[in-house]
Amino acid sequence: MSRSLLVRSALALALLSAADVEAASDADLAQIRDEIRQLKESYEARIRALEQRLQDAEGKVAAPAPASASVTAAAAVPPEPVTAAAPASPASGIGAFNPAISVVLQGVYANLSQGPKRYAIAGFVPSGDIAPAKRGFSIAESELGLSANVDDKVYGNLIFSLTPDNTISVEEAYGVLTALPEGLTPKFGRFKSGIGYLNDQHQHVWDFYDAPLPYQAFLGGQFTSDGLQLKWIAPTDTFVELGAEVGDGANFPGAERNRNGIGDVAAYVHAGGDVGASNSWRAGLSWLGLRPQGRQYVQADTKGNEAQIGFSGRSQLAIADFVWKYAPNGNAQDTNFKLQAEYFWRRENGDLTYDSDGALGLTRTSGYSSRQNGWYAEGVYQFMPSWRVGARYDRLDPGRLDYGANGAYLASPSYDPQRYSLMLDYTPSEFSRFRVQWQQSRTRPDFTDNQLFIQYILSLGAHGAHKY
Amino acid sequence: MNRFLQSAALLAMLAIAAPAAAVLNVFATVPEWGALAEELGGDKVKVYTATNALQDPHHVEARPSLIARARGADLVVATGAELEVGWLPLVLLQAGNPKVQPGKPGYFEATQHVPMLEKPVRLDRAEGDVHPGGNPHIQTDPRNIARVAGPLSVRLAELDAANAAYYQSRYKAFAERWKAAVANWEQQAAPLRGAPILVQHKAFTYLEAWLGLKEIAALEPKPGVEPTTAHLSEVLATLQRQPVRMVIRAAYQSDRASQWMAERAKINAVALPFTVGGDDAAKDLYGLFDDTIARLLKGMQ
Repeated sequence: MSRSLLVRSALALALLSAADVEAASDADLAQIRDEIRQLKESYEARIRALEQRLQDAEGKVAAPAPASASVTAAAAVPPEPVTAAAPASPASGIGAFNPAISVVLQGVYANLSQGPKRYAIAGFVPSGDIAPAKRGFSIAESELGLSANVDDKVYGNLIFSLTPDNTISVEEAYGVLTALPEGLTPKFGRFKSGIGYLNDQHQHVWDFYDAPLPYQAFLGGQFTSDGLQLKWIAPTDTFVELGAEVGDGANFPGAERNRNGIGDVAAYVHAGGDVGASNSWRAGLSWLGLRPQGRQYVQADTKGNEAQIGFSGRSQLAIADFVWKYAPNGNAQDTNFKLQAEYFWRRENGDLTYDSDGALGLTRTSGYSSRQNGWYAEGVYQFMPSWRVGARYDRLDPGRLDYGANGAYLASPSYDPQRYSLMLDYTPSEFSRFRVQWQQSRTRPDFTDNQLFIQYILSLGAHGAHKY
Repeated sequence: MNRFLQSAALLAMLAIAAPAAAVLNVFATVPEWGALAEELGGDKVKVYTATNALQDPHHVEARPSLIARARGADLVVATGAELEVGWLPLVLLQAGNPKVQPGKPGYFEATQHVPMLEKPVRLDRAEGDVHPGGNPHIQTDPRNIARVAGPLSVRLAELDAANAAYYQSRYKAFAERWKAAVANWEQQAAPLRGAPILVQHKAFTYLEAWLGLKEIAALEPKPGVEPTTAHLSEVLATLQRQPVRMVIRAAYQSDRASQWMAERAKINAVALPFTVGGDDAAKDLYGLFDDTIARLLKGMQ
């Protein structure tokens, strides 16, 4: 509002109220009347505009109120006046329904006293991609994730893995039914199995650079399957989760199979809870059963030849897992401690074909059975904000191997592979982590591998949430 | 026979009465909404609070216990504005409870009902832990508690229509008592108007707006980034030109940076309860603000 208008109108009002002023001429009076009329019109226009704005604002506030009849009584509760416009308008346009995108970038500098090609775990079937990174600088696996609610009933998630040797693989691609009642969540597609503790966690959230030895030896790193999963959360205050899975069983410890039906079956139970405000825990028991047909691997025989071996039969794995976390008053920001351990048992029975590709001209099939186990335990301590130290010990027991008639060529190992690891990591924000890890790996009786890894993990895009 | 009929009738009555006696299970992400749900719901609600006042609500783990509680919840009361983005979506995805998924009546976000401050103009993680919806720490202004109370009582009535009148009357009583309390706090806090302060984390924007406190700087170089010595020295240099009365922080935060600053700048370091349960005096919502004002006034001395 202009200052002069105010002054003039004040003047005019003062003049009007002074009824006994007679000095004013008719011309003056007409001018004053005209000004007052203009003033009135101007104010009326402003008031109309304000009334319109008020109506709009009220409309916005009233809109979110529930429409159901049962609520009309409660809706009559006088709402507290909202001074500003209610919720922010959601994004609009062609990109509004884009899924959440997240990217994980990783790289490592590896200093290994033994060449990674010689990496093997004595007494255990080598499988999957378990060797450490190549020596020197390399990028590690990068991850690209897309996720969104598909509709009111399904949530979808796709995670690509981009490997340093320029291959793209589908790490996970699954749907989850979100609308089922009673604590049921079915998942379908390709997913990391819920067995054990570490299996369904992505590698970039692990506390160490590499997987524990029993994961490498018994699951080839991590067990992923194409299939169905059903989880049920019990309606109790203590967390109890039952899970069952069926899948194609194409990945180690299974093998590609040209068959209908089910290739792997898994079942597990997890329980967890809090002890006071500072402690929490989770424990579980899992079982995984498969029937690989012609699972191939290469093993040095007693004469030093690299023999192709094929296994067909029954493979069963049981895992007990336990995690305990401590944070003073549940506030993990300054200091916290995590203790984690898992124990694995595996039994395999079936037929073993020595020299299955006939390269040595000694092809022979015989009965085979094994009972092996392994475990690891690790502790990670955050001693100040952003800084953590950790120690881990892994050990495998090759147990009893019965090669039957193939015992002439294949020796039963009596060596327990083990590894000691230490790590220090720095986490400047939720989205980045830098780690130094040193470990002594004695997975073969003939040498010791001293390994040093310097690693970075960067997360971009959608805010990921970490599993417990 | 008569006896049999009697016991059958009794059983039938019990069976009918049982659902009516059931209470609404409320899962509150932070203590202030747990306390508000108790004020509004009385004995018709059973409230579980997922975090305590000594935890940083940005950084909570999706613990098994939270999943178990979300499984049985009828209503999840969250702050929203991405305060709980690091854990709540995961808890809800794993809980297998369709009633409390976002968008359903069983999911309530407080920030939907409050005018938000500090909406970032630049969305970039280089700016620290920024929240696209604005600063989520709305509970430090008691007028926001009142703004949330209305819609929350409506939601309770919607979910538990049989007790709609009960929630309405409790809301009325609460709103009146709260209004009087706010007026009282404002009167007490009059000496705080215009007082220059430092904050450790930008967690008190709404409190400052309410009481007219003047935030000169934050000890965290960026929201959610731990204070560094270099940044603290810069802030200390700023204080040469612009002296402040005190440095405030939330109860859940480490006192290291505040104490560092307090010693060098010769100012008071004030730990505010920040939410219900943040200290012994902040037993409920009323105690929270009684104590907040008292501590601020003490900090002025």
